[in-house]
Amino acid sequence: MNQEVFLAMPVFLISAFAVLIVVLDAVSGKNKTINFAFGIFSLLATAGAAIYTLTLQVPKLVNPADYHDIFTITKNTMVFSSYSAYFDILFSLAGILTMLASRSFISKGYHEYKEYYSIIILAVAGMVYISHANNLLMLFIGIELMSIMFYILSGYFRQRIESVESALKYFLLGSFASGFLLYGMALVYGATSSLELNVIAQFIAKNNFNATYLTFGIALLLIGLSFKIAAFPFHQWAPDVYQGAPTTVTAFMSTAGKAAAIFSFIIIAKALMPSFTNNAMRLVSTETMQMILAVLSAATMLIGNITAISQKNIKRMLAYSSVAHAGYMLMGVVANNQLGYDGIIFYATSYLFMQIGAFIVLSVLENKDSSNINLDNFTGLRKSNPYLAALMAIFMFSLAGLPPFAGFFGKYYLFLAAIQSGYTWLTIVAVISSVISVYFYIGLIVYMFFKDSDNPIAKAELKLSSVSLFVCLIGVLLFGFFPSLLMNLYAIIK
Amino acid sequence: MLESIPLEYYLGLSAIIFAIGAVGVMTRKNAIIIFMSIELMLNAVNLTFISISSFFGNTGGPIFVLFVMAVAAAEAAVGLAIVLALFRLKKTVYVDEVNTLKW
Repeated sequence: MNQEVFLAMPVFLISAFAVLIVVLDAVSGKNKTINFAFGIFSLLATAGAAIYTLTLQVPKLVNPADYHDIFTITKNTMVFSSYSAYFDILFSLAGILTMLASRSFISKGYHEYKEYYSIIILAVAGMVYISHANNLLMLFIGIELMSIMFYILSGYFRQRIESVESALKYFLLGSFASGFLLYGMALVYGATSSLELNVIAQFIAKNNFNATYLTFGIALLLIGLSFKIAAFPFHQWAPDVYQGAPTTVTAFMSTAGKAAAIFSFIIIAKALMPSFTNNAMRLVSTETMQMILAVLSAATMLIGNITAISQKNIKRMLAYSSVAHAGYMLMGVVANNQLGYDGIIFYATSYLFMQIGAFIVLSVLENKDSSNINLDNFTGLRKSNPYLAALMAIFMFSLAGLPPFAGFFGKYYLFLAAIQSGYTWLTIVAVISSVISVYFYIGLIVYMFFKDSDNPIAKAELKLSSVSLFVCLIGVLLFGFFPSLLMNLYAIIK
Repeated sequence: MLESIPLEYYLGLSAIIFAIGAVGVMTRKNAIIIFMSIELMLNAVNLTFISISSFFGNTGGPIFVLFVMAVAAAEAAVGLAIVLALFRLKKTVYVDEVNTLKW
């Protein structure tokens, strides 16, 4: 059989399962375990298919202009690289970890509905489309599928005003941003008369485009995508949404959703960043694009970390820190070299483990109406929940970027990539902002371990969340102690 | 038709409609009207796609527009459901009265 069928298998599988699980909703009656198990199974199958594609001869992430007409069955609308396959695995893993932790959490906070699992599968399907997109239409549908599912998920606790408010804010600002994104796509289409990213890249390389439309198009695309990854100055929605949404949903949105948005940033930047400077339009020369992105990235991490310091609510603090982490990942796009893109892979992986882990610890500790996740409530956690406190401390150390945890090497590779491409000032800003971030991450550890309280949070029941927490812990430690493992794995793959 | 009216006129018109929509989103307080403004923005983009596609004579644009319409319909369903959930809880659809989340 044609190899392309196997390469496209993750996309086909997740699409088929996403449709099937909605049908299963209708026929499975009151039995929620079937939907849960089927959801886990479909994500495992997708991840398995993605792992299998890695063993085939796939190109790594190359300049879109180079892969013209390789993929015939999917009519050049999709691209299959080891990079996209790796991100498929990451998205499926995030879905599995979230679903395992959600089971007891959503019944504790509200009610367990089967649709929750279908919506997570559909969101993962959207992310998989993003990671394989070679066509602006495919990219748009992926982003929208993911975003619409997130609007629903963040309003899941529909009897709670915080949850509904976060859904409303996310919905209004997210679809506003989609409008800009779409207009940018239309103008890029107008500039080059093509929707396929590789053809667009070729037109740009041949200097065959309308400069005015392309400049406006790129500007609008940057605005729309900055909204989606919550980069400065479009980050205001993130803290509100991440605080109000159910905690497990926040875990999913702020890791997999952010990684998918960063991925769309990468493919847009790769297609539209001309790799030469002497062209008709100086406004989108590679240097200018890199400089704009560098300023965005520097501002994002500084604002995120500085605002996080003054937060009392831990969920909101982690939300601001996730804004900062998007800034770090943007450094890889700014560097625009192989090490930068490898660094994004490493950072996205380690960030997934540590951020999901931290949010799951929150989700098992919080009470019925999520009112006990302020810093004060965590005083003396070491006495009532010693293991959870230790886990939270590890995730905080990793998020702060202290060795020997995975977060350190993620930052290390990205900083190295930025220095290699000549952005030393950006690296200095990044180091300063990581130092700032240590203050509030360690602050939480001080509250948990070195202060005593009369009424600490009661001992929490872990149930299935323990599996998720265990996987997150293994991930943070494994890639922290053996960072070359992931880098070698990725090197062997390509 | 496009022979007599230049492409720029169509693009200018859709840019104006898009700007009206964007200003509407930023100045209005009623969630439903904000949502209508967003729809206006999406339709302005549809006009851009159609005119560009007609100008170049390729079929990518109309197909994109069909998908945008489908996405907008899905968004409308979800968005109105969220507004409905909000109205049940707060008896309001004005976004400035919904402010429980802040630091």
